Amino acid sequence: MTQRLLSGNEAIARGAYEAGVQVVTGYPGTPSSEILEVIAAQYGREIYAEWSANEKVAMDAAAGAAYSGRRTLVTTKQVGMNVLADALLYTVYTGAEAGLVVVTADDPGMFSSQNEQDNRWYARLGKIPLLEPADSQEAKDFVIAAFELAEQFDTPVLIRTTMRVSHSKSVVIEGARASVPEKVGPFVRNQTKYVCTAMWAKKRHPIVEQRLIDLADYADRASFNRVEPGDRALGIITSGVTYTYVKEVFPDASVLKLGMTFPLPKQMIRAFVDSVDQVLVVEELDPFLEEQVRAMGIPVIGKDLFPACDELLPDTLARLASEAGLIDAPASNPPNVEALPDLPPRTPVLCAGCPHRSTYYWLAKMKVPVAGDIGCYNLGCLPPFNAQHTMGCMGASIGVLHGMAIAGMPERAVATIGDSTFFHSGMPALANMVHNRGRGVSIIMDNGTTAMTGHQDHPGTSWSLHDSDAPHIAIEPLVRALGVKKVRSVNAFTMQEVKDGLDDCLAYDGPSVLLVQGLCVQISKPDAPSHLVDSAACIACGTCFRLGCPAIVKSSDVVEKTGRAKAEIDPIQCVGCDMCRQVCPASAICDPRQSQAGAR
Amino acid sequence: MNTTNFLVTGVGGQGTLLASDILAEVGMRAGFDAKKSDVLGLAIRGGSVSSHVRWGEKVASPVARTGEIDYLLAFEPLEALRGVPLLHKSSIILCNMQPIAPISVSSGEASYPPSDRIREILGRAGGAAYYIDAAQEAIRIGSVRVTNVLMLGAFSSLLDVDPAIWEDVILARVPEKHVDLNRTAFHTGRVLLGGDTR
Repeated sequence: MTQRLLSGNEAIARGAYEAGVQVVTGYPGTPSSEILEVIAAQYGREIYAEWSANEKVAMDAAAGAAYSGRRTLVTTKQVGMNVLADALLYTVYTGAEAGLVVVTADDPGMFSSQNEQDNRWYARLGKIPLLEPADSQEAKDFVIAAFELAEQFDTPVLIRTTMRVSHSKSVVIEGARASVPEKVGPFVRNQTKYVCTAMWAKKRHPIVEQRLIDLADYADRASFNRVEPGDRALGIITSGVTYTYVKEVFPDASVLKLGMTFPLPKQMIRAFVDSVDQVLVVEELDPFLEEQVRAMGIPVIGKDLFPACDELLPDTLARLASEAGLIDAPASNPPNVEALPDLPPRTPVLCAGCPHRSTYYWLAKMKVPVAGDIGCYNLGCLPPFNAQHTMGCMGASIGVLHGMAIAGMPERAVATIGDSTFFHSGMPALANMVHNRGRGVSIIMDNGTTAMTGHQDHPGTSWSLHDSDAPHIAIEPLVRALGVKKVRSVNAFTMQEVKDGLDDCLAYDGPSVLLVQGLCVQISKPDAPSHLVDSAACIACGTCFRLGCPAIVKSSDVVEKTGRAKAEIDPIQCVGCDMCRQVCPASAICDPRQSQAGAR
Repeated sequence: MNTTNFLVTGVGGQGTLLASDILAEVGMRAGFDAKKSDVLGLAIRGGSVSSHVRWGEKVASPVARTGEIDYLLAFEPLEALRGVPLLHKSSIILCNMQPIAPISVSSGEASYPPSDRIREILGRAGGAAYYIDAAQEAIRIGSVRVTNVLMLGAFSSLLDVDPAIWEDVILARVPEKHVDLNRTAFHTGRVLLGGDTR
């Protein structure tokens, strides 16, 4: 019996291994990405793992693998569920030949997401059983149980974590891997089950409805749900990581801890409610449990007290509960500090040596409208660039750019989209723009990886999770094949090339693509020497500061006439990308290699 | 529930997550229930990083409450200040004093609090505060890369856990060829704050 400290994501990976999962697919997204990475790294011999082009492709591939008789897991972050949902919902009607489980990692508090959507609603929408683990041990156990549930009821199962489950570590007891089928096939030809054409799907719908009734009955008996009896004055219904907060803040209360939150165990809830004087529903984000409990005719305190926004951390929970008189005010023993000085914020920045910097430098100068997308380059919306004016979801940029043109917006505008995001969902938008005679510059910023989520592969990279020499798709011929007539490829690290490419594409009256190529500095790890500022030559014009490079700092040396600080380069951070040398109008920045060559 | 609570803070790229992983595992190996929770966001791009680590007979929440942090282990002075509101009157602080200027400071929009002001605040905030220049010590013994192990060595002397457990947990995560250097770093750190090295 091995006991290890695992994150929720590591525990889900371990659960997949122990459950005998043989196929895992997904698209990277915080806070879900580590599940698939850990599976590939630690269990890659037993489990086929792939980063699919997007979440919908991942889900379709998972359906095909489960139809083929392999236990299959899909991983996504919360907003990826929106992409995946079309595929997930047909599997509700079809079921599968082996267990099919989807893990959605939600992000209350929006640490790395564009919204705070509560994916538990997908369980109700899709009529899918839903499990919510509270810690890593449950994360592992629930994955194993989910596969049993999926096969017992012939349904996909949804597991929903939140960032605090995914990225927290707690103790997990490990077990052995279940036996798995060695071979599969022949493929089951069961058309009335697996072809969702109306005449057959219509006959599947009553099966889905009956399954929900059976699942509700099962929920009342399932070990996922338990009552922890305590003080009868207050009974709390809760689920997920919020359960652990409840145990801290209300150590004496009676608790109904729900592990299966759809369909709900109604008999258990009624018995619990009857055993206590007052019922509290404590849940993060939406009143998902609360509305269902209220619909049973049970009055509860819920979102009238606890907010639907942000995390419901123990601090917030304790404060609101004590204000409502449910608990005594927490004891206070604050540190001996009257007031802290204003602390300078530490916002994320594009790395020193980032290839995206040149594009945003010029976009900021040109002041064109920029439809942005999801990736590190979204940092282009922050100072000093302020050069991104919309950003909504994966692949949105090119469609939004097209929308500006068809609305008759007179300004020339651009879209910025990364290589991985382009393969994810940018391609159909570009095809659409071509077909509908749209206009605008799609800037594809190809840094050779899915950088923001931790440098995963995509169809344009020469490696994959299971292949060091993967077939890969070059973007330039691809966009030409989509019918884009105006295509320019430029080197991200050559400032003038990027500028010329932008000017050229902006002047073109039709759909154009500017392909800006330069490897992510985190994977290219350049060994160029750091650049130097000749303080005597620096005129403190501030041009290099507009690159927003963390390695370029204000020196204590000031030009007397203007009072402005000269520039200085931090040799530890600078990787010698050379952009600052190229934009300096006073030739005050030098690459030490070139200046040595000049001296000789 | 009687728990010991730690806050580990720093800047993305400093190895603070690894340090908090080690701290949580040391707790487990020392016989406690242990949990930890990280807040990363876009930390890889140089943002603030913080982790809560909790040891106890039985730990429920992976996140501690305001006023519950018993130990602040800060890899960067400004990030130490950000952690102060979570402390209580007898919290113990260990801070690596080498500043890393955020872009808001290097671009001249904001100013970094002066070092003596930081010491004044940290010195008064809790029960005790210790300051070390871990990077300088690490360079002195061979490599700046062992800065965080040196920090952990110093921190370990503030806790009543067998140093052999610390050494085991740390060295298990280090490539074979760097084991000796990391062991030296751990003990150098330990001696800095007067811990025994056995």
